[in-house]
Amino acid sequence: MRQLRAQADSQAEDARPRRLPVPPGLAGLLPDAGLRPGSAYTLDTAGVLLLALLAEPSRAGSWCGAVGLPELGAEAAGQAGVALDRLVLVPAPGRRWLSVVAALAEVLSVIAVHPGNAVSPADAARLAARLRDRGAALLVVGEWPRAEAALRVDAPRWSGVGAGHGHLTGREATLTITSRRDPRPRSARLLLPGADGRLNVVAPLAPAAGRLRAVG
Amino acid sequence: MAGSTQPARCCVLWFPEWPVTAWAQAEGGSVGDPVAVVEANRVVSCSASAHAEGVRSGQRRREAQTCCPALQVVPADTDRDHRLFTPLVDRLEQVSPGIQVIRPGLVALRMRGPARYYGGEKPAVAALLAAMTDAGVTELRAGIADGVFTAEQAAYDPEPVRVVPPGMAADFLAPLPVSRLGDAELADLLPRLGVHRLGEFATLDAELVRDRFGERGARLHDLAGGRDSRPIQPRVPPLDLARQVEFSPPLDLVDQVAFAVRATAESFTAGLAEHHLVCTEMRVGLVAEEGERSERVWLHPAAFDPAAIVDRVRWQVQAVGSQIGSGVVRVRLEPVAVDAVAHHTPGLFGTGPDERVHHALSRVQAMLGADGVATAVIGGGRWLAERQVLVPWGDRVVSSLPPDRPWPGHVPAPLPATVFGDPRDMAVLAADGSGVCVDGRGVLSAPPAVLVDAGRHRPITAWAGPWPMDEHTWDPARRRRAHRFQVIDDAQTAWLLLCDDAGRWRAEGRYD
Repeated sequence: MRQLRAQADSQAEDARPRRLPVPPGLAGLLPDAGLRPGSAYTLDTAGVLLLALLAEPSRAGSWCGAVGLPELGAEAAGQAGVALDRLVLVPAPGRRWLSVVAALAEVLSVIAVHPGNAVSPADAARLAARLRDRGAALLVVGEWPRAEAALRVDAPRWSGVGAGHGHLTGREATLTITSRRDPRPRSARLLLPGADGRLNVVAPLAPAAGRLRAVG
Repeated sequence: MAGSTQPARCCVLWFPEWPVTAWAQAEGGSVGDPVAVVEANRVVSCSASAHAEGVRSGQRRREAQTCCPALQVVPADTDRDHRLFTPLVDRLEQVSPGIQVIRPGLVALRMRGPARYYGGEKPAVAALLAAMTDAGVTELRAGIADGVFTAEQAAYDPEPVRVVPPGMAADFLAPLPVSRLGDAELADLLPRLGVHRLGEFATLDAELVRDRFGERGARLHDLAGGRDSRPIQPRVPPLDLARQVEFSPPLDLVDQVAFAVRATAESFTAGLAEHHLVCTEMRVGLVAEEGERSERVWLHPAAFDPAAIVDRVRWQVQAVGSQIGSGVVRVRLEPVAVDAVAHHTPGLFGTGPDERVHHALSRVQAMLGADGVATAVIGGGRWLAERQVLVPWGDRVVSSLPPDRPWPGHVPAPLPATVFGDPRDMAVLAADGSGVCVDGRGVLSAPPAVLVDAGRHRPITAWAGPWPMDEHTWDPARRRRAHRFQVIDDAQTAWLLLCDDAGRWRAEGRYD
């Protein structure tokens, strides 16, 4: 009986996807075209980008979590495509945020966390081992030792509002991803968010350091 | 043959105006005040002082308030009536078994057994009344007669104990009005046909009554003649699944209570398991040394095990710890909803991911408290913070505004990804450095030029608004009025701002 159960469990393990899906606009920018289970990714701010990263795994049926982010807009999350009934919120974990993340890593696929205090490399390594074991990815708003990639949003430009008229319709921003395994930062101009509250692609920028080539 | 249709001797006990008594017990009110319990805009029960002012059952609420302007109107709650009545029924069952609860505040029992045991009908009733007096019931009337209907009418008699001798049921009922039959149609029709008393109705020919009013009329005709063939249907005493534990001396620390309640929680689940049940919803009652009480219903997505119960008790003690000043002397665990254990056995190959999710989240809840882990539900409303309702894991949504209404004034998509639970204080200045405000007609005093956030001044590059929001205009206590703005500062950060009539600016959310 126990053998049977173990066999069934291991089959379920194999069926688990090796990469967690990301929105189409981001797939080309991330090193593995998706979130690697067991890795941590750092973001400079919480916001639409974080929600967009939670949306794809959530749409695929995974459970997601947000730890230490009390100001996360749940309605914006719903618009970004996150299934709210599978989004676990731990708004105020206090100083026990690390144990909370470790406990949630057992069951959640993507965990967004705002660390309450700096984490030591040893703790980060212990958590990474658990994440790898369970196939979960970590999205950190702030600093993290040995993060897989750093996502940075800059040069934002809002549209739709003038001097006293209109309403916000979307924000164009440049997303730059610096990966530990790829020395070249990759960036793209994205709608973060578009008029529907979701992430959309505007146009990919050329690689930051492209090699010149003779033409004609 | 005639003996079998002869109604059995019955006793009916009536607790006058039980809904008012139950309300007073549950809410700590006083039955001496003029109080009326109202359901569907009609008075169903009123206190003696309200009755003296002219309030009657069946009156409209407005009429009752006209009779007695000081009347306190409370909504009816059948659950409450039953809940507080059950202990009294339990007490009665100790004196005599076979109690039928007709409705909360009215019970019937067969008189033969108790009369033989206590040596007569009067001593038997005296024993029942004494038990109720011990239980703190002040007003109670009893009626003994042939058949439940006649005994009920005898109980409504002003005499505390009214005994109708055997065979005298018809004579007792004859002078009562036909409205006592409790049938609105007949009570209206019979007086118009010149039949005002039960005695007059009973003398009508049974076959003619059956032809005119059908089976129901024939049955009421039998009742009016004192021929109530209904037997008493005693209730099956419910299983006693509740458990309670007393602490002496009282316990002050949360951990002490949690530790002490552990054995009780185990006996609670074991008691349920004996009947092949598990508990999915339970009520935890705490009583403190100085009489403070705390009651709360807890839900469980699956079923309660002892550890989960101990957690709930711990959270409840933590939550009320600030309100109750003294130590806890009693903890009571009561099942509210139970389910067959067969529905909750784990499957052969595990029961899927949701079970695992629940275990992990419960563990985090045990760490942080019940409200520590939540899922969000989008409700209705115009304000961002009130539209997102955080529901603690395992709990159900309570009184959220309906999300499917239009809610004019709500912000269009895209929505702010950052929502401040408490709006954050900001300031908006005009180009000349004066504060910007909106007048009663919704006109801006000057175009916004500078945004002040936590002391930092940032030029405003674009803005839109004001969009007025005006809620509950009919209720000064709940009325809220503000003007919304979308403002973009020079760092291209977009804010959703609120400006109230006093010219105070707050940020409701930030688009990022």
